[in-house]
Parts: sequence; structure tokens; C-alpha cells
Amino acid sequence: MKIVVCMKQSIDSEAVLAFDDAGNVAKEGQTLVIDPYSEFAVEKAVQLKESVGAEVVALCIGAADAVSAIRHALAMGADSAVFVEDAVLADGDPAAKAAALAEELRGMGADLIMGGCKSSDTAHAQVMPRIAGILGIPHVNTVVELDVEEGVAHAVREVDDGKVSIDVELPAVICAQQGLAEPRYPTVRDIMQSKRKPIETRPAAAVEASAAMQVLETNPKPKRAGGKIVEGETVSEAVANAVRMLKDEAKAF
Amino acid sequence: MKYEINEEESMILKMVDDICTDVVSQRAAEIDEQDEFPEDIYRLFVEQGLFSLAYGEQYGGCEVGMHCWVRMIERISKESPAVALMVLISAIGSDALVFSGTEEQKSTILPKLASGEAKICFALTEPRAGSDISSIATVAKPVEGGWKVNGAKIFITNGEVSDYFTVFAKVEQDGEMLPTCFVVPRDTPGLVIGRKEHKIGLRGSVTSQLFFEDMVVTPDMLVGEIGQGFEIAHHTLNRGRLAVAALSTGVTAACVEAAATYAQERAQFQRAISDFQAVKFMLADMEISLEASRLLLDQAADAYMDQSPDMMKTASAAKVFCSEHAVAAARDAVQIFGGYGLCKDYPVERYYRDARAFTIIEGTSQVQKTLVAKAVLKEYAKQKA
Repeated sequence: MKIVVCMKQSIDSEAVLAFDDAGNVAKEGQTLVIDPYSEFAVEKAVQLKESVGAEVVALCIGAADAVSAIRHALAMGADSAVFVEDAVLADGDPAAKAAALAEELRGMGADLIMGGCKSSDTAHAQVMPRIAGILGIPHVNTVVELDVEEGVAHAVREVDDGKVSIDVELPAVICAQQGLAEPRYPTVRDIMQSKRKPIETRPAAAVEASAAMQVLETNPKPKRAGGKIVEGETVSEAVANAVRMLKDEAKAF
Repeated sequence: MKYEINEEESMILKMVDDICTDVVSQRAAEIDEQDEFPEDIYRLFVEQGLFSLAYGEQYGGCEVGMHCWVRMIERISKESPAVALMVLISAIGSDALVFSGTEEQKSTILPKLASGEAKICFALTEPRAGSDISSIATVAKPVEGGWKVNGAKIFITNGEVSDYFTVFAKVEQDGEMLPTCFVVPRDTPGLVIGRKEHKIGLRGSVTSQLFFEDMVVTPDMLVGEIGQGFEIAHHTLNRGRLAVAALSTGVTAACVEAAATYAQERAQFQRAISDFQAVKFMLADMEISLEASRLLLDQAADAYMDQSPDMMKTASAAKVFCSEHAVAAARDAVQIFGGYGLCKDYPVERYYRDARAFTIIEGTSQVQKTLVAKAVLKEYAKQKA
């Protein structure tokens, strides 16, 4: 079985963020790490490699500095990597990115394509489903459990009111949600060995993709105003006050 | 810094940072409280390969540069110097073998240390011989097939849990007493492990007494030549000084973080105490100490990597500076925390107790200053002549 994990690098979500004049998160000087959702996917892929046997390839579109995130995936146990070096595509439109990744994937012969259900920085949550759409294969999103046997993926996905089990024939796209697998700490030996694993770097394939998204402006989340305590001598008086506040102040109805 | 941290070293330090943040930080206070060898953390470090970093590939290791090694020690020490000691004592205990051991000794013992299968300790200090190592009284008398060793050691880190003991004794030969190094397996008859010390700080790092009662050591346990003991010990002490400087720097870093965070949360007189100049000055002094400590440590690591003639001076300078400033930073951190700084609900009282050891172990500050003065006097005596 061949598993290709689509992964990206993102700003460490635990770091203190800085913003540029346009209100966008500034990448300069930030700690860049493998995106946590990509990391869940890599970990699960490596676990499948260890349990049922598989070749795991990391596929990444990114700026030149994304190599460190790729190295991390290799240290975790991926066997090799394909790196599409393209900074513009990496931070750009999800439709264009999905088209470029799908183009790479066509030639890779993956049985299972994995990736994060979203990323921790932009959280578009579009790239993986779009890849499945372009390639015409099934996809299961927000997956928290996964087994593979005899050409079928048994996935459990998280939905609003619980979990749903879904079986899909391979090839398929599986999008990892938090909880799918707890990423391991690479050992010193894994880190040293990752250096010897191949990273094939290539330019992005020229693909036509109409932009799916346009960012008009970016604004910080408005600060929450302090709460108000509803007062009243009796319960019914307090309720009446609450209704008045909802109506007149909050304009709720 | 002359030597850059390479890509693999950065990845290793990131991994160490992750396990420190996720795991060691959660156990640090408990380890201090229980004062027992933290077997769970030891297993984790073994699995992650941290013990392999001091050994070459031919012995199953993944050796890194001294800069990376001291940064690892500093990072672990930021959570728990007792835990960091567990890692550094392995390297200090085996340096004698690495530099002066026979190929057979190295290929038998070093792979076990690199994999964490075995532990080693460094047994030099005696009740009457601290920095004055020439006065060690452990004696090895020639007998058939080796030497019979009698004497006692004190303050031996990891003595209780070690599988190998790097022991220094004086060999009686031709009427002379020749300082000599041996590496002794734990099951050697006559090796008795004494009581554990109950210390003010570094609790969880087990410190023991050792007794040698007619302990017979064989020629295969001899490290280097008879009479080479002090030379071997001195070599190890350079790493030891860097290691304690790194331990100290880790505690200073922990103090800065704890104090700078707390000072902004704690309000008195309707404002955060970080608004008061007196508190700001303490925080500034702590931060300056931290940065200067790291620079001195890097300089000493450079000298170590080059085996430069300045190695001892730079290592001593780093050791005295980093340790004295860790003590000061811990004192100020407790001061900033006020009454809470005295309580176990907050970590700074532990930093205060742990830091106290650093100006003493691996040579007191006074001894380090003597060495720095010796180097500086030598330099200017040369110029005059």
C-alpha cells in the first residue's frame, strides 16, 4: 500500500502572533512547524505502515523553508518526500493549491491520500475535499479513527452529534481530525536517519484553476465587552429586566 | 559562537523542548517531593535516545557538538536540574573511557550507555578530598591478578542506580602512590553502596556514598595508565563545569519566565507589580544574567570543541558566572513572588533550593576563580617577560 500524506508548514499555534499593517498574521520571525493536522495524518500513516505495511510519502507545497516541516515528517517515519517549492501557491488560493496537489498525486499511484481536515493557520478546510473532487475518488472528512484492510478504509468521522462509521474503497482521501493519532516525538536516531531520506524537489505543474476565494479585508476579532448582571428584587422582575435588555439594548427581537 | 547548531541538532533540541514541555514539566515538582530516581523519565529519555548524544556512531551513539549538548542540558534543567543531572552524569562518568579506555572497554561498555541499557557514575570525591583531589585516600594494593581496593567515596550522583563506576584510587607501586582510574562493574565483590544523602535541592537526583571493602579490580578494569588518574579526572572536569554551567543557566531561564509572568499578574496598589521600578530592575538583572550566561557557555563550548589552551579558563569562568547568577536569579524570583515564593504551590522555591548546589558541585566558585586567576596571571607574566 502506498500512502501519500499532503502536509503543510504553519506558524506555531502556541506562539504569540504578530500582525502586519494590513491585519494579516506576519510570518516573519515566527516559529514555523509542521501543521498539527498534517502531523496527525503523518502519524496515522506511519502507524498504518507499522501495523499493516505501507510506503509513506509526504507531499508538500511550500516556500523554501518548508523543508524543516518535511524533515519532521521524515523523522516521524515517512519514507520519502515530494516537495513542490512554490511560496505563492503555498499561501494562495485553496482551489489552485488543490489542483496542483492533484496533478502531483495523479502520477504517484497512491492507495490512500491523507491530510489534515484543515490547517491551524488559515483553516480553509478546502484543499483535501477538492483533491478528492478533482481526482474523482471518495473522501471522508474529520476522521478520528482509521483502519485499512483489503482495499477498504474503515473510517470513523466526527459529526456534530457524535460519530459516524464509513467504509470506503481505496483509493480514497482521508482528512485527519484531532484525535486520529497522537503524534510521536521523533527519536534522536529517527532524526539522524531522516537526513538520509530522499526529498524530491520540483516546480509546481502548470494547472488551470479558477480562484475560489478572494480575501477582501482582514480584521481582528472584536474585543468582547464585559458582561452585564441582570438585577431585580424578585425572579420575575429580573426576567422582565432581562427581556427588556434583550429587546432594547441587544436588539435581539 | 564559532560552531553553528546544524539541522539535525536543531531537530533534536526541538524534540527535547517538546518532551520537556509536555512531560518533564508535569513531573518536576513531584520528582523533587519524592526524591527518588525518576524511572519513568529515564525510560522516556532512553527511548528518545538522549543518552546516545555523547557517543560516536561506532559505539551506537549519535554524537552531537558540545553546543547542542549543553543546550539540551539547559533546556531539561529549566524544568528539573535533577532530571538533567541524570543525563549529564552518564557523559561525565564515561568521559574517562571515551578518552583513555581500551578499544575492548569502549566497545563493551559505551554501547550499553548509549542505549540506556546501563548507567555509569563518576566516583572521585571523598570525605576528605573535594577539590583537593590529590588527597584522595582510596588505595589500590597490588595483589595477584590485579589490585585490592579499600576506601570510601561520597556525594556520588547516580551511585545508587549505576551499573558501572568510574573510580579513582591511588595505586601503591614501587613505594609511590599513583593516582589511577578504574571502571568497575556493579557486581564486583567488595563494592558497597552506602546511604543516600538527603539534600536541600537536586532532589530526585540520587547521591550516595560508596565503600570499597577489599574490592578486587582486575587489569581489564584499568582505564589509561597507572598514574594517569588525575590527568583523566581533569579532562572530565571540563565537561563537568560546562554541564553545571548549563544546569545553572536552565534554572536562571526558569526564574526569568516565572518571575516575568507572575510580576504582570500580581497587583498591589492598583497596579501590576511589574510597573514598579524595583521589580523591573530585578527582572532586567535576571535577563542580563541569562543572556551573559549563554554567551559564556557558548564561548566555553567553542574552546572545548577546539580543545583550546583556554578550555579550562573558559569552562571555569562559565561555571562560576552561570552558577552565581542562577543563585541570584532564584533569590530575586522568590523575592518577586513574595510570600507565595516560599510556598510549594509555586515553583520558585524549588529553583531557589536547586540553584544553591551549583556554586558548590564540580568545584566551588572559589576554586573556579582561583583557576581563572591562575590563567590570567600566567598570561600577563608572559607579557612582562
